Formats: sequence, C-alpha cells, structure tokens
Amino acid sequence: MSDVTTRDWLLSDRPASRRQARLGQAYRTWSQLRRNKLAMVGLSIVVVLILMAIFADVIAPYDPIVGGDLRTERLLPPSWTHLMGTDDQARDIFSRIVHGSRLTLMVVALVAVIATPIGLAVGTTAGYFGGWVDVVLMRITDIFLAFPRLILALAFVAALGPGIENAIIAIAITSWPPYARLARAETMQIRDADYIAAIRLQGAGSARIIWGHVVPLCLSSVIVRVTLDMAGIILTAAGLGFLGLGAQPPQPEWGAMIAGGRRFMIDFWWVATMPGIAIFVVSLGFNLLGDGLRDVLDPKGET
Amino acid sequence: MSVSPANEGGRWRALPLLGLKAGKLVVTVAITFLGLMVVTFLIGRVVPVDPVLAVVGDRASKSTYDAAYIALGLDKPLYYQFWIYLKQALSGDLGMSVLTKKPIVEDIKRVFPATLELATCGIIIGTLVGVPLGIWGAVRQGRLPDQVIRVVGLVGYSAPIFWLGLLGLLVFYAKLQWVAGPGRIDIAYEYNFTQTTGILLLDTAMQGQWDAFRNVVAHLALPATLLGYFSMAYISRMTRSFMLAELGQEYITAARVKGVPEWRIIWVHALRNAAVPLVTVIALSYAGLLEGSVLTETVFAWPGLGQYLTNSLQNADMNAVLGGTLVIGIIFVGLNLLSDLLYTVLDPRVRRRT
Repeated sequence: MSDVTTRDWLLSDRPASRRQARLGQAYRTWSQLRRNKLAMVGLSIVVVLILMAIFADVIAPYDPIVGGDLRTERLLPPSWTHLMGTDDQARDIFSRIVHGSRLTLMVVALVAVIATPIGLAVGTTAGYFGGWVDVVLMRITDIFLAFPRLILALAFVAALGPGIENAIIAIAITSWPPYARLARAETMQIRDADYIAAIRLQGAGSARIIWGHVVPLCLSSVIVRVTLDMAGIILTAAGLGFLGLGAQPPQPEWGAMIAGGRRFMIDFWWVATMPGIAIFVVSLGFNLLGDGLRDVLDPKGET
Repeated sequence: MSVSPANEGGRWRALPLLGLKAGKLVVTVAITFLGLMVVTFLIGRVVPVDPVLAVVGDRASKSTYDAAYIALGLDKPLYYQFWIYLKQALSGDLGMSVLTKKPIVEDIKRVFPATLELATCGIIIGTLVGVPLGIWGAVRQGRLPDQVIRVVGLVGYSAPIFWLGLLGLLVFYAKLQWVAGPGRIDIAYEYNFTQTTGILLLDTAMQGQWDAFRNVVAHLALPATLLGYFSMAYISRMTRSFMLAELGQEYITAARVKGVPEWRIIWVHALRNAAVPLVTVIALSYAGLLEGSVLTETVFAWPGLGQYLTNSLQNADMNAVLGGTLVIGIIFVGLNLLSDLLYTVLDPRVRRRT
C-alpha cells in the first residue's frame, strides 16, 4: 500500500470498521496539530525528555550519585569535560540532570495514573446518579478545591513524611478534583441519551453502564485536561523538592538540585541555574503541547 | 456613568432573590469550612509525630505523659476529638506552636501582614501590566505583539518561581545592586518606627520615615515584581480572550459604523463588558499568589505566612502547619466567594437569571 492510498484510507468518509474510524480521527487530529509550530516544538521537547529518560545510562557521561575527586573537581564551571559544570560533591551536573529526567517522568506518569481514575470514578458516579450522591461527592470535591494545591500537598507530605513516593501521592490527591468536575459535566450530557436508556432496558447494572459506556466517552476530554496539567504537576513536584519535602538527596531531582545549589548561587551560579533551566524547558514543552492539543480538540475552552 | 432610574429599580427588585441565594450560599460556605477542618484534622491524626511528646517533651515522666494524653482528649473516640478541635478552632484557638511557644493564632496574626503586603503589591503590578498587555494582544491578534505577549506569558507559566527568584537575586542584588537583598527591611531601619499595621509601606509612610520607606520599597521590589509577573501571565491571557469575545460582538460593529473612535471602542465599550469576568480572574490570581508566596518567601527570607508554614514543616510543628493550612484555605474560599459575589453585583445578566 503506497502512501497516498494509506492517507485516503485514513481520511475515508465511509470507514468500514471501528478501527478505521478511530485511526482516521487520530490522523485528522495529528495533521491539524502538525500545522501548529509551537505545539510541534513542545512535542519535540517531550519526546527528547522521554528518550533522555530511556537512554540515561548511555547519554550521561558520569555517574549521577558518585562524585569525582573532591579535591580537584568540585564546583567546576561548565566546560567541554563537564558540559554544565560540577556541584559541591564533585558530581557532573549534566549527568544528574539526564538521570533526573527519569524522576520527572515518573512523577508525571504516576500522578496521571493515580489521579485520572479517581477523578473519573467520582465525576461519572456523581453525574450518573445525580441527587444526593451528586451533592455529597461534589461537596467533597469542592473541599479539595478549596485549598491551594501546593499548600495541601505540603500538609499531606508533612503528615506522610518527606520522600518522592509521598510527594507523588500528595500531588495526586490534590490533582483529581478538576477531573472529577469535568467528568461529571460530560456524564450529565450523556446520561439521558437514548443509547444509555437502551442499554439499561437490556438489563445492564449501573456499574456496567458507568464503566462500559460512560467512562470511555469522558476519557478523551479528561486526558486533554491531564496533559494541560502536566506542567503544573512538574512545577509542584519541583517546588516540593526545593523545600526538601520531595525527592531526598542524593537523588538527582531537579527541584532538590536547585535547593542544593542555592548556597553557592552568587559564586557558582551554574549549580542552581542548570537544573532550573531543565525544569523550565520541560514544563514549557508540556505547556506548548497541551495548548496545541486543546486548540485542536476543544477550540472554545480558553480557561 | 449614568444609571437610568428603571435600571436602578431593577437592581433593588432583585434583592429578595439575592437574599434567598445568600442563604444557600451561607450553607455552602459553612459546609466547605467544615470540610476544610475535617481535612486538616484527619491529616493531623495520620502524622507519625506523637502530639503528646510535642507538648510535654521527650523527658517527661509517665504520669505527666498520661495527664497530657488525657488533657488532649486522645483517649476519646475520633469524632469526639474532632468536636473538641472544632469548638476550639471556632473560638479562635488553633493550639500552641511547639516552635515559638505561642498560640498559633497569634503567630499567624504576626506574620500575615508581611504576606498581605507582598501579595497585594504583586497583584497590583500583575493587573496594571497584565490588563493592558492582554488588550494589546487582542487588538493585534495574531500579529507580532500578540505572539510576543503570548510567549512572555508562557514563560511565566513554565518557569519555577523559586528559580526565577534566585536568578533575580543573583542579577539584580548581587551583581547590579539595584535592589536590596532578602528580608523585609534592613536592621538599621527596623526600630525607627512602630509597627502599627504590620504593613511596612503604610507604617513608614504614616510616620514620615522616608529613608525607611525607601528601604522597604527596595526590599519589596524584586519579590513583588516576581509575583506580579506570575499573575500577569494569567491575567493577560484571560484579558485577551475576554476582549476577543467582546470585540467580535455586534454592538462593537454598530459603534464602528456610528463612527466612534477606535480607542473609545476598545477602552470604554469593550473593556467595560470584559471587566466583569476579569474581576473574577483577578480575585482568583490574588488567591493564587498565596500559593506562590510559600516558595517566594522561602527564597527571599520574607517573614510571612509562607515562611512560617515551611519553617514549621521542617521542624515537625504539626499544629502550626495545620493551622496555617486552615487559614490559607479559609482565605482562599473567602476570595472565591468574593469573586462570585462581585460577579453577581457587576453583571446584570447574572442578577436577572437568579
């Protein structure tokens, strides 16, 4: 099959199968997204981040935890042997940043994996049943929304104890409410549709209707919302790391690295600056990609 | 601005309905506050820190320990403990800080003006810069100014605030010496005036201490600009989209056809309508600055609520952490509520619908 016919197959206005329709939809979204240059920049940043995390051992020239000679290799400025200089433990900052990409990706992925199902479950249940179930669940959601995110995450980490796992749990606990609200709004539009009534008449239980027929329809908009939030998740995790409540040294977490370099800021600026650039570039990448995705999938939502 | 009598009447007629809505609102807010307290209470119960040891110290005898255990109500069931917590909090008692040995409410009263001053200056800068930039972006939609403003905003969204703060200190304090360093005021000026309001700009100005005033401004400039930049990113983006929505309306076309000058269309006709949702946005970003202040205050050694919170955290002073969290939550809810109310008061369409 040549390129032209593949394209025709994808763009066919009479898809023969569900798979063809889905792939065609994905292709249309992609070709729209591809025209947005900034979104493409964002996508490349995210792809580079993922590749960096996968091949960290190959890319990083030095060990991220064990430093070099403490007498001669501490706080060296950026050079060809140490691209981003070395820190106070004589560790190569570039290698640490490369390995830190794994932690950043892990935080983003785990928060998404934990918070999305919670948000979906709460939102679809509230929207589907309505009545007092809706009132109770939405009140709980509002209470979580009533705290600024970083502050609530701080309180949770304080209770659970510092560490990257607890930081992830804390960020996930504070992230789900907006997804719940979104899923609820979508569910309320779907629940009275004829096909839902048809399934109900066939004898399907509520749980089956919600998981089998409502959740799949809410999934795409919630996923776009999660993508838009990823930059925020990265910044919150970095903030917790900076305050000493996220990843613990000697883990090469970018926020904690900034905190470590803070003491030397005036004389050895690169120690704190380099990891900051890494956080900035990655969260810019997620922001650009999320903006582009929203423009394509939901052009009216500008909030 | 002239208001026709009929319009005025409409405003008053809506009042009983507003009253009904207010009743519902009070219930909602009360439930939210109760929820906030349940959350902080439960977080306080799962901490690995023993609350009794925090009170009596780790060298107390068994009997002292037991007495404190009972005095704190820890032998009672959980719901009863929550009842005690609730009663105390409502009477303005959030417990004692282990670190400062003072009631937490007193501590928060002491540190709060610093945060208030910083956040207020931040939101003023953010609004004064963000609104015109957003309008400019909307008027020049898709052209160079719009693109530049969008990128500047995106940088604000993406950069970690504590990192920008450190860079700012390095460049403007250490290298260029344009601003003063960390802290609110130099120690040389600290005792030249009495802190009546706790807001140093007001205190120094009212007492005519202009040298001290200049010093306070020099300390405030960098962190306030930084917070202002972050709120500016959000405010300019929202202003742009509200203005675009207004400029596409038919009344704007009608005004253009009538020959109303373009500056008047933008600044008077469109902006007045865009201002209603904008008030909500500004109130929300003001609340968001409370969050930003935790990290900013740590970087700038600013003795405010954020620093109090992080200090208490690092010293496992759970009462203070939860008290601070609760206060911030209450302020946050209050600002949200205020923005809702302002929306109702400012927008006649919302008023009529209720």
